[in-house]
Amino acid sequence: MFQLLGIPPQALFGQLLLGLINGAFYALLSLGLAIIFGLLNIINFAHGAQYMLGAFAAWFLLQYAGLGYWWALLLAPVAVGLFGVALERTMLQRLYRLDHLYGLLLTFGLALILQGYFRNRFGSSGLPYGIPPVLEGGHNLGFMFLPNYRGWVVVFSLGVCLLTWFVIERTQLGSYLRAATENPTLVQAFGINVPRMITLTYGFGAGLAAMAGVLAAPIYQVNPLMGADLIIVVFAVVVIGGMGSIMGSIVTGFALGVIEGLTKVFYPEASNTVIFVIMALVLLVRPAGLFGRAQ
Amino acid sequence: MSTWRTLTLMAAALVLAVGTAHAQISDGVVKIGVLNDQSSLYADLAGPGSVVAARMAVEDFGAAAKGLKVEVLSADHQNKPDVGSSIARQWYDVDKVDLIVDVTNSAVALAVNQITRDKAKAFIVSGAASSDLTGKACSPNTIHWTYDTWALANGTGNAIVKTGGDTWFFITADYAFGHALERDTEAVVLKSGGKVLGKVRHPLNTADFSSFLLQAQTSKAKIIGLANAGGDTINAIKQAAEFGIVKGGQNLAGLLVFITDVHGLGLQAAQGLIFTEAFYWDANEKTRAWGVRFAERDRGIHPTMIHAGVYAGILHYLKAVTALKSDDGTKVIAKMKEMPTDDPLFGKGTIRADGRKIHPMYLFEVKKPSESKGPWDYYKLRATIPAAEAFRPLDQGDCPLVKK
Repeated sequence: MFQLLGIPPQALFGQLLLGLINGAFYALLSLGLAIIFGLLNIINFAHGAQYMLGAFAAWFLLQYAGLGYWWALLLAPVAVGLFGVALERTMLQRLYRLDHLYGLLLTFGLALILQGYFRNRFGSSGLPYGIPPVLEGGHNLGFMFLPNYRGWVVVFSLGVCLLTWFVIERTQLGSYLRAATENPTLVQAFGINVPRMITLTYGFGAGLAAMAGVLAAPIYQVNPLMGADLIIVVFAVVVIGGMGSIMGSIVTGFALGVIEGLTKVFYPEASNTVIFVIMALVLLVRPAGLFGRAQ
Repeated sequence: MSTWRTLTLMAAALVLAVGTAHAQISDGVVKIGVLNDQSSLYADLAGPGSVVAARMAVEDFGAAAKGLKVEVLSADHQNKPDVGSSIARQWYDVDKVDLIVDVTNSAVALAVNQITRDKAKAFIVSGAASSDLTGKACSPNTIHWTYDTWALANGTGNAIVKTGGDTWFFITADYAFGHALERDTEAVVLKSGGKVLGKVRHPLNTADFSSFLLQAQTSKAKIIGLANAGGDTINAIKQAAEFGIVKGGQNLAGLLVFITDVHGLGLQAAQGLIFTEAFYWDANEKTRAWGVRFAERDRGIHPTMIHAGVYAGILHYLKAVTALKSDDGTKVIAKMKEMPTDDPLFGKGTIRADGRKIHPMYLFEVKKPSESKGPWDYYKLRATIPAAEAFRPLDQGDCPLVKK
């Protein structure tokens, strides 16, 4: 049987697919970050905590309201989105004119408080959350066993990513948003309520993170630390893609998932550093990121 | 009357002061530092619970009534050997800590082991697993209380190979602990005529195991040995179910599983797992009473064997300190080895010259959801491994303290 770099091609296809699945999470999360950074100029370090809140919201809904996965997929992002709106209204709003660092510090502090509270309350082992019955089981693709749920994650998050990209880049609403980031005063002069638009954008970004959290709940544990572990990688993805670039973050998210997946085959010990190595290389060659515009 | 009382009190205080001076307790207080992962993947199985266990040991020993002043400190080493080392140095040099306990994460424990030896203090290991702590790296200042990788490999590995699981694939945490557990289990498998078809090493604290599981699946090994712990084991087991590994005819061997992991997984996902532990809270009257008391103080989390080891280890330490009337690290550890151990959680036991605490180990199976009466009722006892067979024989560990 022929082999590619010492690995049977079937195993390689399997690993590529798995990388794509993990990339789906990176893409969904970095998309939210990119939107928030692009429109609000805030480096949202609370993104990981919002992802975690999404997963916990799903668990709460199941535990206390008896509402299953599909309701959670709808309600958790809304709830966390509203939380994001409240956050923006009460705190973040005061920081736009200040240095990036203040937004970073505020959101980082919030993330620590949220994670600390949940860890203290629920422990660090996490809570179990099952795969919805419809998506249980899997298919044998010949080269690998693909769990149905993972297939669903890829398709669903790709859909959400593309829809978001379409709304921001191709609709009138999106053009208002983009215009408001370039020159808020001018856009406001045209009678558009810019502060409200920004608030809703932050809420949407937080909701995206929560949606990723619900998607992750059946695969990983519902764990207070799930976001903290992931957010650093996602930031690297955003930096590689170019801060604020929507398409950049989607493409890089999926691509880095694949690269990480391949690392797990060829040199697994490096699998949690490979993304940072790439980040360093990209920053050396293109400081604005692969898809970013130099300013 | 009141002058009399003052005088009596002063006299009593003097007697006490002289008493402590004779007792050679450094600074008049025994300081115990609990050093472990307080915030990450090992925080439930040790973490703040180990601090609770330490405080309970001090209270149950009745230190105050015996005129012994004991303080318990704690710190988070974040699973980083450099952080753990600097805390240990700070504790020993500046804060006058006499004993460090627990230290989950073998990499950190091996570092603290060396520092403790250099400073002639005392170290009781409960959380860390590497059998090197009583092997190559054994020290006159260290006691390894609860379990080690050899005992786990011997208990679980043997049981599985005997039931026909003779081809293995290891998914191993890439640091001192994982390497030791893999090495010790591989030895057991090979010795019993089994084969190891492959292994893959993952970074500590990995969320996604699908890639490693797929490699294990492709290997066609009958047994996938998980040489990791805590959050890593939980994620691996959960995702193995998703990839239909057990349904496909392969079996998982969790080489180190704690009751908090089972709780986190839920019985639906964890049922049928077989593993070796040193302690189960629901084993007998005494462990139950202690377990319930512990859970009340640790957010309902029931004690793991690590918590039990911290408790029992400190009890024995304080007995030795009282007997010696000194908290000199090297002397107390020597005394601890000399005295037979007896506590409500591990029963009667001994401590060997290499620092290995000897007690029976137990092979447990996780109950089916239908067999469990509720949360924390999780284990069925499959077999008891008698104390004489549970740990690596003294002459096989290459411990320099043993070679005479």
